[in-house]
Amino acid sequence: MNQTLAQIISLITTAVSFGTVIMYGSLGEILTEKSGQLNLGVPGIMYLGGIGGLIGAFLYETHTAAPVPGVGLIIALACTVAASVLGGLIYAFLTISLRANQNVTGLTLTIFGSGVANFFGGSLSKLAGGVGQISVASTSSAFRATQHLTDKLGWFDSIFLSYGFMVYLALIIAVVMSIFVNRTRRGLNLRAVGENPATSDAAGINVTLYKYLATCVGAAVSGLGGLYYVMDYIKGTWANDGNIEAVGWLAVALVIFATWKPLRSIWGAYLFGALYWLYNFIPGLSRSSQELFKMLPYIVTILVLITVSLRRKKEDQPPSSLGLSYFREDR
Amino acid sequence: MIHISKRVDFEIFRGKAAWLNRYVGWAVRLIAVLLSLIVSGILIYSITKMNPVRVYATMVKGAFGSTRKIWAWLRDLVLLLLIAVGLAPAFKMRFWNIGAEGQVLAGGIATAACMIYLGSANIPTPLFLILMAAASMLAGAVWGVIPAIFKAKWNTNETLFTLMMNYIAIQLTSFFIPRWEHPKGSNTVGIINAGTQAGWFPKIAGSQYLLNVIIVAVITVAMYFYLCRSKHGYEIAVVGQSENTARYAAMNVKKVIVRTMTLSGAICGLGGFLAVAGADHTISTTTAGGRGFIAIIVAWLAKFNTLTMILISALLVFLQKGAVAIASEFSLSNDVSDIITGIILFFILGSEFFINYKIGFSKSSGKEA
Amino acid sequence: MENEVKAPAGAVCAESGEERIPAVRMEGISKRFGHKTANENVSLEIYHGEILSLLGENGSGKTTLMNMLSGIYFPDAGSVYVDGKLVHIRSPKDAFDLHIGMIHQHFKLVDLLTAAENVILGMKGKRLLDLKSVRRRITEICERYGFEVDPDKKVYDMSVSEKQTLEIIKVLYRGADILILDEPTAVLTPQETRRLFGVMRNMKQDGKSIVIITHKLHEVMEISDRVAVLRKGEYIGSLLTKDTDPQQLTDMMVGHRVSLNIERPEPENLRKCLEVEHLTVIDSEGVTKLNDVSFTANGGEILGIAGVAGSGQKELLEVIAGLQNAQNGSSVIYTDMEGRTSSLLGLTPMEIKKLGVALAFVPEDRLGMGLVGDLDITDNMLIRTYMEGHGMFVDFKKPRHLAEEIVRELQVVTPGIDTPIRKLSGGNVQKVLVGREISGHPSLLMSAYAVRGLDINTSFMIYRLMNEQKKRGAAVIFVGEDLDVLLELCDRIMVLCAGQVSGIVDGRTATKEQVGLMMTSLGAGAAGAEEKEGAK
Repeated sequence: MNQTLAQIISLITTAVSFGTVIMYGSLGEILTEKSGQLNLGVPGIMYLGGIGGLIGAFLYETHTAAPVPGVGLIIALACTVAASVLGGLIYAFLTISLRANQNVTGLTLTIFGSGVANFFGGSLSKLAGGVGQISVASTSSAFRATQHLTDKLGWFDSIFLSYGFMVYLALIIAVVMSIFVNRTRRGLNLRAVGENPATSDAAGINVTLYKYLATCVGAAVSGLGGLYYVMDYIKGTWANDGNIEAVGWLAVALVIFATWKPLRSIWGAYLFGALYWLYNFIPGLSRSSQELFKMLPYIVTILVLITVSLRRKKEDQPPSSLGLSYFREDR
Repeated sequence: MIHISKRVDFEIFRGKAAWLNRYVGWAVRLIAVLLSLIVSGILIYSITKMNPVRVYATMVKGAFGSTRKIWAWLRDLVLLLLIAVGLAPAFKMRFWNIGAEGQVLAGGIATAACMIYLGSANIPTPLFLILMAAASMLAGAVWGVIPAIFKAKWNTNETLFTLMMNYIAIQLTSFFIPRWEHPKGSNTVGIINAGTQAGWFPKIAGSQYLLNVIIVAVITVAMYFYLCRSKHGYEIAVVGQSENTARYAAMNVKKVIVRTMTLSGAICGLGGFLAVAGADHTISTTTAGGRGFIAIIVAWLAKFNTLTMILISALLVFLQKGAVAIASEFSLSNDVSDIITGIILFFILGSEFFINYKIGFSKSSGKEA
Repeated sequence: MENEVKAPAGAVCAESGEERIPAVRMEGISKRFGHKTANENVSLEIYHGEILSLLGENGSGKTTLMNMLSGIYFPDAGSVYVDGKLVHIRSPKDAFDLHIGMIHQHFKLVDLLTAAENVILGMKGKRLLDLKSVRRRITEICERYGFEVDPDKKVYDMSVSEKQTLEIIKVLYRGADILILDEPTAVLTPQETRRLFGVMRNMKQDGKSIVIITHKLHEVMEISDRVAVLRKGEYIGSLLTKDTDPQQLTDMMVGHRVSLNIERPEPENLRKCLEVEHLTVIDSEGVTKLNDVSFTANGGEILGIAGVAGSGQKELLEVIAGLQNAQNGSSVIYTDMEGRTSSLLGLTPMEIKKLGVALAFVPEDRLGMGLVGDLDITDNMLIRTYMEGHGMFVDFKKPRHLAEEIVRELQVVTPGIDTPIRKLSGGNVQKVLVGREISGHPSLLMSAYAVRGLDINTSFMIYRLMNEQKKRGAAVIFVGEDLDVLLELCDRIMVLCAGQVSGIVDGRTATKEQVGLMMTSLGAGAAGAEEKEGAK
């Protein structure tokens, strides 16, 4: 009995920490897609965010005798935001100003981002004149500081308080984003831009500005996912194993699963996390069948995609202008 | 002050551009490529402090330095080209097949399965190759046609559907790897039939990869005529432009979508055959290695013209090979090739704007029209 | 016929006596798109508290002119004064700030949002949305002018007329004093039109200036105080409505008297070609588009179809062409030259073709259905014939010859037959389309708004082509909007009203008033009309 409980708690905490990476990615992409921009560069941006933060912290820690974790944390956050916004800007400039195809540009960004991240992840130590794997233990400890208050809370503590601060930050961002999109004037304008840019333009909304901002802010949020993965999930190091890209595509899947609603992506992310790691908790699986279990999030997403297209409920459809560039003279 | 207007003299079925446009287009692209090379050179210089001229020399040497290198370049070129050619009909139909990566893997799994299970059956090589080609095409076609059926019937978003199918294929590969692993415990499949070479592409005229080149050359030319001259190609062009017109022209839109994606998936599946039987002789989750995604960009930039795709693939594979050569000279990570691929594609994508739009300047107080 | 009528003296304008500063004055406005001149040196005034009709044929530059007031376009030359002050309207926002609002023909609404959300879209205000006060203000506006709209209804659930109402509310909410309505009645039923006119009068009484863009003379006479006429992008003149009459306005609008003098040969060798009975069509939204429509189209005559836009014309033609489904109990029977009959209902276009029915169809949406803009003339010929010939490859020889022939015979202005037809002007596009359709020697030729947006010469060419097909023995179905044309071209005219047959009249004897009446009220005037159904 106790063992089962421990298993369940373990599944939940695994799901929450892994799900948080996906949640960041998808929250950023939801914001971006609300403006009609389908950015398939999410994995690339998460890569850029992750490596940006890591480089920032690494340079700080290697150039300071006694690094302060809190300072490293702030530097890492700032570098992540800068790197991912830069990625978002490249995408935005090409697709919005130069009207390049969004799918193609996004995929290129993914290639570029993974190249930059894995290159620096693999070569940074060497470039800085050192040897071996990068490690930013001090900064990572700041990211991984949990929220334990007392030791008396037992399972409650494990399920709710055993995470680094970025797990909670993700929840806050989701709620704030939901309020922004649904309850504010700018959120309304943003939705309108994604649904019908020509109409929004005629209503005096600066479509280009909204698209740029949604893409760049969205990129910053997605990039935080990369940072959380690097600093907290794999404890302040770099692994050239393509996991960030896999999570990035899961984030794109989660956008569909959440039908473009920030709040739905909270439990969606945890569900994806649980599905992805479910095989660890099912006894007697061979290595092969474990891999089949990892398909679950993608299969579930396809089922959602099909259901949405069958039900044709207008509120669950992708933003109408998703993937199309807007050109004023076209109207 | 700045007027931006669309140029529309690109003919979609036969893929002709007005001659002036064609030359302007190539000039713009050439400038973009040169610019991207300069930017990449600066980037490499800033990391390695290598003399830029030597950078390019190393790249050329890395890609074309020996016959073996040239063949490796050709092998990778034709694989990328084949996938792009497979995507061309789907994109011409405005069907966003982002699933090439998965379709290649599906074809690769089918090929590897044939090699592993039938490798000791002593099937004559030509027959075995045909069998594997058929199996890989079937697997790729299935991977491609599933999203197409849902698109045709319920208009399910194909971009996202095919994207998800990639990861299902990757997990499927991961599922087979432990079953096929060799040696035990390595979690890799290892070289299949290393001793017998059963199912491997035979050497032709002493060249290991000549068969790859021949297969892809034939398919590339055939696809060119299929898209620009055939009845099916016409249907694809019209369905891609306007479903209403297609119905008006007595076309069966659903049938065209399903048929075209079957073809597209099958050719991408054949890419898996080439990768497994004709090059790697093994299978892993990186058998497609992102080529499925890069091919999307190649197909798009070539405006569905399979002959143009040859040029773009050649350039990209050259840059990748060259970048890897530089990386190994400085014992840096090979991923630098992805950075350079990214940069060059960004530049070419950006340059399309100057090809597709006319930019004029007016002196009056008028604003952007 | 080519007798140019100058604007009558005294038309130059305004009420005599008092010096009024116009709400808006446009002076010497010119606008070009590429090589095409949309407006040339137009000057126009709009006064406070008046309803001004901006009258002109399709393509006369009315909408472009007004788009320059609402910030969609910026003039190439000329100046705009609002309340006597020189202004530069560079965006719709600038227009709103000057209290100018335009209701476009194609509504600019976001389907997924509610009425209230659409109304405040893009407006400045508190960060958080306060939809409660928005609802209250919308209700106030509604009560003041006599609208009815539910602020919480999603736009995708709204009827066309509701959407239009919402557009007007949107403009009023933003404090517009000058309202521009672009062909507002084109999509409305007569009842809805009456309601709209009522609202317009209320707004006028409230001191608002209203511009109504239209080409319908009876509306001009009914609603406006003053009429300004444009022709081919140029300002012709303006008149007080009470001082003018439809004849004079028509003369100003078209530049010559409208005795069109369209040829109408006597029908010969009539034979039954198409028999439609009890045709009922309900669209995917559950709206009845056609209700129990029955008629016969005969080979050797032109059957005109009249009706306000959206009365079911599109659905009627598309059902016959196999592009739409009809309800059970409908029947569409085709009789070929030899007298064999076959039912077309429920067949796909391919099956119809395989039956050997030589059906030609010139659809309303030329570049969205009949042709592909990014294909050249040759490849557009293939749309009907690409499957011909053996083997998997297309035979380009025949279509190339056909393309050359059409360009030559119909004087299509194009750099060559391998130019994507999107580059051609509207009239030349239509020549290509009609040329291709009649090249198949049709036994049934259907056309929808075949002369819409075309210049007079091209229009006459189209009439001539229709008549040639009639003389050949084809049954021609001609859906039109201009009653003068229908009455001069067609042998019989079927009038549709809200998806039902209001009556079928003889084109030689029916009057414009009679047909106009039948279009707006079911069965009216049909009593006097000679029912020619079954005359053969």
